[in-house]
Amino acid sequence: MKIKAQISMVLNLDKCIGCHTCSVTCKNTWTNRPGAEYMWFNNVETKPGVGYPKGWEDEDHYRGGWHLNQKGHLELVAGSKLNKIALGKIFYNPDMPELDDYYEPWTYDYQTLFSPEKKHQPVARAKSQLTGQPMDLKWGPNWDDDLAGSSETMQDDPNIKKIQTEIKTNFEDAFMMYLPRLCEHCLNAPCVSSCPSGAMYKRDEDGIVLVDQEKCRGWRFCMTGCPYKKVYFNWKTNKAEKCTFCYPRIEEGLPTVCSETCVGRIRYIGVILYDADKVRSAAEEPDEQKLYERQLEVFLDPNDPEVVAAAQEAGIHDDMIEAAQNSPIYKMAVEEKIAFPLHPEYRTMPMVWYVPPLSPIMNYFEGKDSIHNPEMIFPAIDEMRIPVDYLASLLTGGNTTVVKAALYKLAMMRLYMRAKTAGKDFDESKLDRVNLTADRATALYRLLAIAKYQDRFVIPKSHKEYAEDTFSEQGTVGYESCDGCGLAGDRQDRFGKKQPQKTSEEIYAESFYGGIWRD
Amino acid sequence: MAHPVQWFIWTVYPYLMLGSFIFGTIIRFAFYPASVTAKSSELLEKRRLMRGSIFFHVGIIMVFFGHIVGIFIPKVWTDALGIPNEVYHMFALVAGGLGGLAALIGMLILTYRRFSDVRVHMTSTLSDLIVNVSLLIIIILGLSATFIVSATQPEFNYRENLSIWGRQLFYFRPNYLLMLNVPLLFKAHVFFGLAIFGFFPYTRLVHAFALPIRYIKRRYLVYRKRPQL
Ligand code: SF4
Ligand code: SF4
Repeated sequence: MKIKAQISMVLNLDKCIGCHTCSVTCKNTWTNRPGAEYMWFNNVETKPGVGYPKGWEDEDHYRGGWHLNQKGHLELVAGSKLNKIALGKIFYNPDMPELDDYYEPWTYDYQTLFSPEKKHQPVARAKSQLTGQPMDLKWGPNWDDDLAGSSETMQDDPNIKKIQTEIKTNFEDAFMMYLPRLCEHCLNAPCVSSCPSGAMYKRDEDGIVLVDQEKCRGWRFCMTGCPYKKVYFNWKTNKAEKCTFCYPRIEEGLPTVCSETCVGRIRYIGVILYDADKVRSAAEEPDEQKLYERQLEVFLDPNDPEVVAAAQEAGIHDDMIEAAQNSPIYKMAVEEKIAFPLHPEYRTMPMVWYVPPLSPIMNYFEGKDSIHNPEMIFPAIDEMRIPVDYLASLLTGGNTTVVKAALYKLAMMRLYMRAKTAGKDFDESKLDRVNLTADRATALYRLLAIAKYQDRFVIPKSHKEYAEDTFSEQGTVGYESCDGCGLAGDRQDRFGKKQPQKTSEEIYAESFYGGIWRD
Repeated sequence: MAHPVQWFIWTVYPYLMLGSFIFGTIIRFAFYPASVTAKSSELLEKRRLMRGSIFFHVGIIMVFFGHIVGIFIPKVWTDALGIPNEVYHMFALVAGGLGGLAALIGMLILTYRRFSDVRVHMTSTLSDLIVNVSLLIIIILGLSATFIVSATQPEFNYRENLSIWGRQLFYFRPNYLLMLNVPLLFKAHVFFGLAIFGFFPYTRLVHAFALPIRYIKRRYLVYRKRPQL
């Protein structure tokens, strides 16, 4: 047994309102720089939809993640080490996404709005942040937000192809959900495994996956390797960048920026203890539908005295063990089994999990008999084959039984709490059917619906006082070599001449006009 | 010294360039390790990069090994093995020609791409443009030196002068007189080549030293730990 601790996240999709606050705060913190304009370490996509980059779930096209080779062993879909060398993939990576798969970042030509009075009303044309040329916008981040224009693109959603159904796009029959996505900080991270320079690594103390900017040589295999397409390439520094799980905040015991600012309070952060020796065999499970359960087996019970002793032996700090014992993640994923990994069939053992939303079912069900007979929700779950299949294709590799069990549980919890707050009778034996008790249903309700800050985030401070050399980290900001990290443009022209720095008044004037802020 | 300019070019200049090469490489890796990258623009344009990059790299690697053989294997060795001069030259012409041609095709595509693709062009630095053009020039010079000279001056054998001078550089006794009667195309090729060595470490070319050989034997997952007290 090799015990390791992993900081992980659960997102309660039922409560995500698709406001994109998480994406915007993340962007302002991490990717607000030249070269990083198109990067969204966190993005929220509307499902069904093609996502960002377009069709990222189509691994026949992007060839990310792992598959089993003929001997039943793990192999990167993009090719083994030798295959990459033999085929000269280092000169040209055939599977790498292109900028247009994301989108070409643009701004608007605001200057013309302030020009002297003219006969016609001035317009601010879109111009590329990459080339400065005018652009004809055809695609952008969240182009299909809230199913906008989905009649054009929705059928390209790889999940829909997988469950082999026509999804109706007319308003009455449509279902919709939001899927906020960030790096999964996988236990079996293919991005790390693809990196030829050894620049990508998992932190031993908390499992956060990072790119060492000093070691990255820009070979771009990580971009292909990650099936979630969550490693990006900075066209200015020519290095890979990815979600850092806001490690400077985590080290201080604070939640990530996306979680801290989440309007719906849907995000939970906590610690999971796992056995690193079991990861490989679990990821080699031949049956895709079982991968979710195999991943559960990798997690260790933090209340088991043997596990605690072994963890202490392995040098895991007591604070970390205590956090694991109070972990909201462990509660939702392992004890209540209401959270699931995103696309376990990629065999990456992702560590950002999702509570499936009841809302697609509720939408359908609400108009019908819901007031008079709320229990009709259970047959409704069974009846709503397409949303359930869709969720299963997203979260369990197609295993609908476990998804349904979680939905029943969530629905039952609602019914119970509704009866309780309304002072109605409720036959508590019904809770048994979904493997709940009155106490646990109440606790689950507190965790999911009330979602207090201290219940959502149980994060131990890192013990930097034990680290050998923290002096070397003094004053570092992470992306020193990024050449223009701040708002003020110190972009250089081709001859290395710094373009004149903007004053703060100029930045103010540029960003604030007519009472409206824009970024 | 009857030819001060020639003396300078074939005795001093090579060491200036090689010195700059070694100095720059050390400085770059020791003090600016974060700046060493393959500087890929594949994100911005993919199709032409595929053809250009594969042709160029495969070609240039062949040509590189060809130059090593040409310079470091003395004629007496191949003579001793009983390899006739004609056979050697036929082989060098065919292998070198193929490699050079591949590199040329690749570089033409890449240079065209760098100047015509708006995204790639607008995000290129001056150094990228210089590198592109100089590689194109050196390849054209190399190919024309090989083919034009072997057609017009078949009696010229670079292994009897140029290669010897090349080896002499490595034991610090270059005899510039050996270079005097070398045809101009060859001279220009060597001159430009040395210049490229000179600016190599300060440009994107430095990624050739970042070849990730260790990956082949590395385990897949990498964990890193802060050293603990
Ligand atoms: S989700 Fe994150 S850890 Fe997993 S492969 Fe992608 S970048 Fe790596
Ligand atoms: S901030 Fe929260 S509720 Fe809003 S989109 Fe992000 S995850 Fe959803």
